[in-house]
Amino acid sequence: MNELLRLLMINARESVENLAKMLDRTPDEVRAEIADLEKRGIIRGYQAILNEDALGNDRVMAIIEVKVTPEREGGFNHVAMRASRFPEVVSAHLVSGQADLLLFVEGRTLKEVATFVSEKLAPLPGVTATTTSFLLKTYKKHGVLMETPDEYERIQVSP
Amino acid sequence: MSMNASRSALDCVAHHVRNVPRSGIRDFFDIVSTMRDVISLGVGEPDFDTPWHVREAAVFALERGATHYTSNLGLLKLRQAIARYVKSFFGVEYDPESEILVTVGVSEAMDLAVRALVNPGDEVLYHEPCYVSYRPLVTFAHGTPVAVETRMEEGFRLTRSMLEQRASHRTRLLILNFPNNPTGAALREQEVREIAAFAIDRDLLVLSDEIYSELTYGRRHISLLSQPGMRERTILLHGFSKAFAMTGFRLGYACGPAELIEAMMKIHQYTMLCAPVLSQEAAIEALKQPDRDVAEMREEYDRRRRFIAASFREMDLPFVMPEGAFYAFPCVAGLGLPSKEFVLRLLKEEKVAAVHGTAFGACGEGHIRCSYATAMEDIKEAMARMARFIERLQK
Repeated sequence: MNELLRLLMINARESVENLAKMLDRTPDEVRAEIADLEKRGIIRGYQAILNEDALGNDRVMAIIEVKVTPEREGGFNHVAMRASRFPEVVSAHLVSGQADLLLFVEGRTLKEVATFVSEKLAPLPGVTATTTSFLLKTYKKHGVLMETPDEYERIQVSP
Repeated sequence: MSMNASRSALDCVAHHVRNVPRSGIRDFFDIVSTMRDVISLGVGEPDFDTPWHVREAAVFALERGATHYTSNLGLLKLRQAIARYVKSFFGVEYDPESEILVTVGVSEAMDLAVRALVNPGDEVLYHEPCYVSYRPLVTFAHGTPVAVETRMEEGFRLTRSMLEQRASHRTRLLILNFPNNPTGAALREQEVREIAAFAIDRDLLVLSDEIYSELTYGRRHISLLSQPGMRERTILLHGFSKAFAMTGFRLGYACGPAELIEAMMKIHQYTMLCAPVLSQEAAIEALKQPDRDVAEMREEYDRRRRFIAASFREMDLPFVMPEGAFYAFPCVAGLGLPSKEFVLRLLKEEKVAAVHGTAFGACGEGHIRCSYATAMEDIKEAMARMARFIERLQK
């Protein structure tokens, strides 16, 4: 992967000046490349990674496995895109294994998510079955641990 | 023990030990450890923790009952893994049965090699600025250390002519360390060829401490062993501390001709017995996917290296772009302070710890060692503080 992208994936809020120093390029070059990556739709957005448990956020997240009968033309894409357009669906993936689609769905309450599944998702043409698992606790998200383990102290000066 | 009244305890310490000063880093460490909120660029070890799969393997080994002595040479399985790794990385083959010795860090391997090879009065060539232990180890072995000074103007690299100037008919051994701590210098092929020719022409043995060989930037490490005629006169010293972030495991190794390894093994056998078995088990795991672990860390070091270099440029500090290890060695001579005073004031006024160049030999005067084995966020803050400090000095 492009090194600039890798740095942005570690910290999208890094200043252009610092990025330029790390990449041995000028700030203008870095600015231009980021603009280009955004324009080409490779960078789709920037988000904060939150520890929602610590926030006392009581929103509900569920993982929904969806079985789908593929269409003659378009396979799973049509159903997947239709499901993805619901704002409740946070992420959607085509997967191998028992299910075909794996959706992460968010709602205010358990009931809201359950209603979404039974009234919006399950009736979609092509969907033959769903299995819902509610998330109870998140330990790691986007490569980031949700709790910082105690750091083992390193000596300050060594040869 | 009762002592004669006219004799102090210090008098009882052997002369060749008494006369060796303790490491300048040690004194500095004592000062730093009394202070709070210091950002340290003074650390000679990776800031990464050991890769998780390696730690997990050590835990598993402990559960399995890996709590016993091993062979003096080290676990055969580990020596075999080392042989495969050394062959693929350095391109040289060693027999795991007789040509590889597993030690407690490269530090022990270096000590063993010097003691096994140096007769009293033999001269040992080494280059400065360098790691703090070479000179004392030679002294402890009753040899005569002879320093060859490398300079910023030549990129802190070593050439044959520098060596020729300090060699004599009593020179027996040459100690090399590239990529270098503290300068970050790495040798080019031309220099490696010349140094090999020098060793062969003078019939010298060579201890090549290549502990940082995986951490080079922009160009691949060129080992002294790549040169014809060097395998039979060289002991390669390497280990797991730097590339695999395993400093606390204390695990190194020596590869060389069977007779030399056997001599080192004798000292190791009677002093250390064997390297800790848990560390050996962890090392076996580390060698299962060396490239992946190392590549991730190297990329991060490289970013920091470029960042720190760009920062020095902004501060107008002369420096040589480091090509290996994780140290930069900028020149602060133009700011009017001896390097020791520079680092003490930088520590006191801005709470940034760097190590004075003279800790690595007298010719390190005018320089400071900045380790970039520190998280990027800390490096950014340290560079900002250092720039502020330098600006004040220039007023």
